[in-house]
Amino acid sequence: MNLTLKIWRQSDANSKGKLVDYSISGIEGDMSFLEMLDVLNEDLINKGEEPVVFDHDCREGICGACSLQINGEPHGPDRLITTCQLHMRKFNDGDTIYIEPFRAKAFPVVKDLMVDRSSFERIQHAGGYISVNTSGNTQDANAIPIRKEDADEAMDAATCIGCGACVAACKNASAMLFTSAKVSQFALLPQGQVEATERVLAMVNQMDEEGFGNCTNTGACEIECPKGISLENIARMNREYLKASMKG
Amino acid sequence: MSILDSKIPEGPLADKWTNYKNKINLVNPANKRNIDVIVVGTGLAGGSAAATLAELGYNVKTFCYSDSPRRAHSIAAQGGINAAKNYQGDGDSDYRLFYDTVKGGDYRSREANVYRLAEVSGNIIDQCVAQGVPFAREYGGLLDNRSFGGVLVSRTFYAKGQTGQQLLLGAYSAMNRQINRGKIQAFNRHEMLDLVKVDGKARGIIARDLVTGEIERHSAHAVVLASGGYGNVFFLSTNAMGSNVMAAWRAHRRGAFFANPCYTQIHPTCIPVSGDHQSKLTLMSESLRNDGRIWVPKRKEDVEAIRTGKLKPTQLSEDERDYYLERRYPAFGNLVPRDVASRAAKERCDAGFGVNKTGEAVYLDFASAIQRYGKEKAMTSGMHNPSKEEITKMGEEVIESKYGNLFQMYEKIVDENPYKSPMMIYPAVHYTMGGLWVDYNLQTTIPGCYAAGEANFSDHGANRLGASALMQGLADGYFVLPYTIGDYLSHDIRTGKIPTDTPEFDQAEKEVKDRIEKLMSGSGEHSVDYYHKKLGKIMWNKCGMSRNEKELKEAIEEISVLREDFWKNVKVPGTVNSMNPELEKAGRVADFLELGELFAKDALNRNESCGGHFREESVEQSGEQKGEALRDDKNFKYVAAWEYKGEPKDAELHKEDLVFENIELKTRSYK
Ligand SMILES: Cc1cc2nc3c(=O)[nH]c(=O)nc-3n(C[C@H](O)[C@H](O)[C@H](O)COP(=O)(O)OP(=O)(O)OC[C@H]3O[C@@H](n4cnc5c(N)ncnc54)[C@H](O)[C@@H]3O)c2cc1C
Ligand code: SF4
Ligand code: FES
Repeated sequence: MNLTLKIWRQSDANSKGKLVDYSISGIEGDMSFLEMLDVLNEDLINKGEEPVVFDHDCREGICGACSLQINGEPHGPDRLITTCQLHMRKFNDGDTIYIEPFRAKAFPVVKDLMVDRSSFERIQHAGGYISVNTSGNTQDANAIPIRKEDADEAMDAATCIGCGACVAACKNASAMLFTSAKVSQFALLPQGQVEATERVLAMVNQMDEEGFGNCTNTGACEIECPKGISLENIARMNREYLKASMKG
Repeated sequence: MSILDSKIPEGPLADKWTNYKNKINLVNPANKRNIDVIVVGTGLAGGSAAATLAELGYNVKTFCYSDSPRRAHSIAAQGGINAAKNYQGDGDSDYRLFYDTVKGGDYRSREANVYRLAEVSGNIIDQCVAQGVPFAREYGGLLDNRSFGGVLVSRTFYAKGQTGQQLLLGAYSAMNRQINRGKIQAFNRHEMLDLVKVDGKARGIIARDLVTGEIERHSAHAVVLASGGYGNVFFLSTNAMGSNVMAAWRAHRRGAFFANPCYTQIHPTCIPVSGDHQSKLTLMSESLRNDGRIWVPKRKEDVEAIRTGKLKPTQLSEDERDYYLERRYPAFGNLVPRDVASRAAKERCDAGFGVNKTGEAVYLDFASAIQRYGKEKAMTSGMHNPSKEEITKMGEEVIESKYGNLFQMYEKIVDENPYKSPMMIYPAVHYTMGGLWVDYNLQTTIPGCYAAGEANFSDHGANRLGASALMQGLADGYFVLPYTIGDYLSHDIRTGKIPTDTPEFDQAEKEVKDRIEKLMSGSGEHSVDYYHKKLGKIMWNKCGMSRNEKELKEAIEEISVLREDFWKNVKVPGTVNSMNPELEKAGRVADFLELGELFAKDALNRNESCGGHFREESVEQSGEQKGEALRDDKNFKYVAAWEYKGEPKDAELHKEDLVFENIELKTRSYK
């Protein structure tokens, strides 16, 4: 395959960025999208140019590091996958592909296609945990039976990889899907109940402080989420939040 | 006498850890506030250690190269974590887990460490459940288990195919609690480039802020290295792309011995290599072997026809298939340990029975499991005359509920539906059992420098069983280090803050900067990846699944030539004081180029087959085990710990003799 790439280049958070054209050839269908970028970077290095910076690590869809807005969609055209799981067989010879960083005020660009998602971290620092000591004396794990359905539902919420595609997909750059997935995991488990009130208030407040937009129920986040995190989580978080606000 | 003191406590095996804990020195809570600990790495080992040490009251600084602790490579572990809970009532116990682990590691690990691991394993599950880790449950609400290769009990706890992710998120949430309390300062996107010693003790690190490029000094009373394994020395592996040996190697250069570098685990169920551009290999969890049957065609003609696309695997009848694991190892069948399964696959492929284009793949087939589960489901849902289609459909649903995400992953990568046609798999480098030598306290040969998780060498011997790395990482971090480090730090309560404006820090910083300068000043012939790929090829071909003297000697030579070329001719674009991933890679590959040589040297020295390490000169000549790996306990029942002396070829070997008082050394037979 021969492709034309239009890639966002920006040297750091304070510089202005722009789209730069590259042409690339010899791309095979079983390459992943990131491997295609590796090939481009190898070319650039050999030509004495600076390679394109992008975030990645596991390359199997689980660490949540890779991002990339591909032809206007976070993680590209396919559903339920991250960028590293996208394969070039989804593209055709001669295609032009736009590659840009995730766009959101709360995700400033670090360099080229790499963004700073530490706002997500701070939301979790605010309350994304159950306060339990690691003393080695915790009660036996089977002393807290949990309905399989609840455990499965908590697991579904817990599979969020913190990639930020939901934010990038949202016209308001809202972080509701991410935050609600984190809140839901604990809300669905008995261990999480004790601190439920403080948790949801703290996490939602932090989310607002970080400059994420409001949720207007457009549902774009769910469509682009690589892990299929469902909008039900947002509903659950809203209920939890309401409950907590009335108590608080 | 070896200069290595393993510090194994006296007394009966089962009481060692308890006695030890009763006797060590404790640090009073008011003094803990005055003590700083650096934790490099925030995977399962580092994350759990950081959270626990902070909870105890120490001031903790964590470092990781990614933008969040929760992206550490541990996130990728799929299958599960072992614990001797005996919830299934199938006869499991601490002793049995200990026994399986020592045997699985081919008697190349320390009894006392492994027993302690088994002993605390149950606590790990309690701890994680209390943190809200959503392990799989049975309908009665209790925890579910499955079994993993190499054992006969069901002791593996799991969270779908994302166990590592959930455990790491658990440790990360424990870290969050401490970050929120101000007890952990997290330095993300920071890379440790050197260890700083003051008066012979580890007292800090030099790190690079990967965003600004700034070189920073950080001091502490103790340093924990939990920086993961070095499987990426092979370039292609199942490890995350950033996984590297730098932190451990820097400590090695500062005096920490590096143990058993040649012990690598090759995982039998990975997606085969498809082409030259490939950047990494993807693991298909070993749990698939619970239900999948492994085979290749019996006849070469069928292999040919399959390779050219004239025949589909599903068209071959049962007797045209060679279920070689079931044939060779009837007792364990498809659940033999990883090294056995990997070698058997290689043996079949080398003999010309590989089923993909490159001839390096075997089948992992779920057809019979689908039928079995389908029939069971039909039965339990009261269907008396289910059609074949209904059975298949229900069976596929059961398989989907167990392994859905793995099947999906396979389909995305290979572009083939594994429910309908068997998966293709091949062994790949997965885990490194070698690492920094540590004593019972997890302290390296540098006082105050500890190593935890995959970064240390302990517990797994020559081969790691499935679901045991996660267990070890969390055991080290949650339950072992917090005690052993306390004992060490009890001598530091009057030390006060460690200053960073000292000659030792000046010197270390200068060396780091010089090294970066040198990396940037190569002649620019080749990219970093060019060298990494070359190194990987040498490692895989000559230090991989099977090894011999001649090729190991060649490897040592080739790697040292490659290293010289690298330092002269590498090209690192960009600048030093900005985000520069090529510079990061260059630093890591420079270390891999040294480690790789030591790896080959260690492999050459170990003239025996053991664990994942198959030495062609050391094979059973006769009897039931004919052709299987031959271990040599008389000459090699030791840990090989290498002392840095400049070039890898000058590294000096120290031996820690392994003493087995509670387990009789037997030939490993999975027949
Ligand atoms: C695909 C896959 C599946 C697996 N499945 C299983 C399984 O089912 N069961 C099981 O028991 N084991 C499994 N394993 C093995 C297991 O996941 C690992 O051995 C384990 O997670 C390692 O944990 P760790 O904490 O030691 O290191 P890691 O999780 O690798 O963490 C290393 C940390 O060190 C940091 N770091 C590294 N170098 C530096 C540096 N120089 N400066 C600063 N920070 C640095 C990294 O940023 C990271 O935070 C699997 C492994 C893989 C690859
Ligand atoms: S909710 Fe989905 S899209 Fe958003 S961060 Fe989590 S995994 Fe990514
Ligand atoms: S690189 Fe980890 S999810 Fe893509």
